[in-house]
Amino acid sequence: MSAVISTVEPAEETVRPESRAWKKLKASKSALLGFAIVAFFIGIAVAAPILPIADPAATSWSVVRKAPSAVHWLGTDEIGRDILSRMIWGAQASLMAGVVSVLIAVLVGVPFGLISGYFGGWIDQVISRITDALLATPFLILAIALAAFLGPSLTNAMIAIGLSAMPIFVRLTRGQVLSVKTEDYVEGARAVGLAHFAIMARYILPNVFAPVLVQATLTVATAIIAEASLSFLGLGQQPPAPSWGSMLNVAKNFMTQAPWMAWWPGAAIFLVVLGFNLLGDGLRDALDPRET
Amino acid sequence: MSLRTPETIIETQAVTKRFSGSRGLFRPATFVSAVNAVSLKIRRGETFSIVGESGCGKSTLARLLVRLLHPSEGAVLYQGTDISSLSETDMRRLRKDLQFVFQDPFSSLNPRMTVGALIEEPMKVHTSLSRPERRQNVAELLRKVGLRPAFSNRYPHEFSGGQRQRIGIARALASGPKVIVGDEPVSALDVSVQAQVINLLEDLKAEFDLTLVLIAHDLAVIRHMSDRIAVMYLGEVVELAPNEALYNEPLHPYTQALMQAIPIASPHGRSMDAALTGDVPSPLAPPAGCRFHPRCPHASSLCSTEKPELTETGTDRMIACHHWEKFAGNAQTHLREPPRSANAEKRFTLFRERCQQQEPTTADNP
Repeated sequence: MSAVISTVEPAEETVRPESRAWKKLKASKSALLGFAIVAFFIGIAVAAPILPIADPAATSWSVVRKAPSAVHWLGTDEIGRDILSRMIWGAQASLMAGVVSVLIAVLVGVPFGLISGYFGGWIDQVISRITDALLATPFLILAIALAAFLGPSLTNAMIAIGLSAMPIFVRLTRGQVLSVKTEDYVEGARAVGLAHFAIMARYILPNVFAPVLVQATLTVATAIIAEASLSFLGLGQQPPAPSWGSMLNVAKNFMTQAPWMAWWPGAAIFLVVLGFNLLGDGLRDALDPRET
Repeated sequence: MSLRTPETIIETQAVTKRFSGSRGLFRPATFVSAVNAVSLKIRRGETFSIVGESGCGKSTLARLLVRLLHPSEGAVLYQGTDISSLSETDMRRLRKDLQFVFQDPFSSLNPRMTVGALIEEPMKVHTSLSRPERRQNVAELLRKVGLRPAFSNRYPHEFSGGQRQRIGIARALASGPKVIVGDEPVSALDVSVQAQVINLLEDLKAEFDLTLVLIAHDLAVIRHMSDRIAVMYLGEVVELAPNEALYNEPLHPYTQALMQAIPIASPHGRSMDAALTGDVPSPLAPPAGCRFHPRCPHASSLCSTEKPELTETGTDRMIACHHWEKFAGNAQTHLREPPRSANAEKRFTLFRERCQQQEPTTADNP
C-alpha cells in the first residue's frame, strides 16, 4: 500500500484560528450585547470629565433627596448632589475596583494554581495550605485587613480586593489542572520534549481557562460591592469622590424616603455584571474550537 | 548480511518500575511492581513488539523506554547512554530521537491546537527551521500519513479516530526520530482502520529508517509486521523470539496459551479445551517462583519455589521456563488452517450460491 493517498484538493479556506474565534464572537448576539453594555459604561467613565454634567461633589441644601426631575434626571442624594453626575463619575471608581482587582486576582491566582496543580508535591502542599488559610478568613475581613495595612486609597483598595479574591482562583485553577494533566496530550507534550513552562502555557492553561473566565466575570460584582464596603470604612474611594458601591451604601439608610438613591447604583452594578457575564460566556465559547 | 550481531539501539538493564499502592494510616505502604527486572535489547531498524494481556506492564515498559516514567531500579540505555540519569534538559534534547504514539487518539491531541500547530511543534522544539519551512514540512507529513495538507487549519475534534491516529503519527515523525514507541497504537480503532494504520507505520518505517517498538495485546495485529516479539506476563518477559518462530513454535506455556486464544476462522481448528484457567494473580502479591506457575498446566514443585531466568535457547530466542524442553515438541500449531475436506468445500460453494440468490429479495424487503 502506498502511504500517499491521492486526493482531489479543493480550494480550502485558510482561516487562522484567531480570526475564527473573532468571527464566532461577532456571531454571538449575547456576547455582542455584553460587549455593548461594558463598552457603554467604560465610555461614560472615560468621558466623565468632558460630559456637560454637574459637579458630582457640589452640594445644594435646597434640593436634598429630590426625586428624578427634568433638572436632576436621576434625582439628588441626601446632601443635594446630582445623582446622574455622581453615577457617571462613580463609574470610574467602580469599574476600576471591579475590573482591576479581578485582573490582579486572576493574574496572581491562576499562575499559582497552575504551578501548584502541575508540579504537585511540596510546592502544591505549600501553595494549597496558604490558600486554605486565606480562604478560611472571610473575604471582606481579609480585604479590610489588607486595605488597612496598605493605607486608604482606591488603588490600595483594588490591590486588597484583588488579593482577597485570589485564593478562589488558585483553588479553581489547581482543581482544573489536576484533571487536565492526566490527559494523554499532556504526557504527549512531554514526549515531544517541551519544557514545563511551555506545557503549562500551551497545553494546560487553554484547557483550564473556561471556568476561570466564568468565575472572573462573577467576581467583578463581588469586587464592586467590596469596594463599597471598604469606602464605607474610609478605606476605598475617598469622599466626596463617588463610587457606585458607596452610593448604594448610603442609599440603604433612605430606602423608604428616597428609593431612587439605591435604584441607579444597584441597576448599574447589575448591568455591568450582566455585561461582563455575557461577554465572558461569549469569549469562552469563541475560544473553544469544539463549540460551533 | 554480516555475521556481527545487529547494533542495539535501546537496551533495558533489569529495569523495574514500582508504583506505590494504597497506604493507610496504620497500613504499611504496598507496592506494585508493574515491570520487574526486564532486560531487553532492541536492535536498530527492527520492529520489536511487546505483547501480553492487560495489566502485564507492557504500557509501563513502553513509557520507561522513552522516560515518560522513571525506572525505580535498573537502567534504560539509548545508544549506550543511560537515559534514566540524564538531566531534564539533556533528556528533552534526546526526545528528538525517541517519539511516542499513544493508544487513545481521542485524548492524545490537545483539543485547543490546530493540526498544523500540533505537527509543527516538535520541529519548533528540536530544529531551527524557519516558519515557511516548517509549514512545508507539515504539509509534507500530512500527505505522507494520507491526509490533506489543507487539514492543518482544522482542529482534532473534526477528525475520526483513524485520522487522529494518523495526526499523532505525523506529529511523532515531525522531529525526525530514530525510534518510535507505539503504545497500542491501533487498539482503539476499528478493525478495518487498524490495518490501514499498521500498513502506514510499516511504510513509514521503511521510508524514514525507523526502529519501531509496538505494544499490543492482540497477537493478530502485530503478526505481520514484527521482527521479534517479547511476551510479557505479570511484569516480566517470559519469552522472546523472532516472529515466525514464535508463531510456529511457541515454547513458553503462556505463549502457547496466547496462541490458542487467537480466534480461527475454521470449524476444524477450534479446540474445546480451555486454554488457561484462573485469573492473573494480583501484582500486589505475585506468586513465588515462576509467576506463571499457578496457571501453568506443566508446573512442578520447582516452579513454585525457584524463579526461572530468561535464558538463551540458541536460535535467537530466550525463554523463562524450567521445563520448556520437555514440552517444546507438543506446541500447538493451531494457527495453520487445516485443509477443507471435499464435502466441506461443496457445502461452502452451495452456501455462497444461496447467498447470491437471496441477496436481491432481502434488499427488497428490508
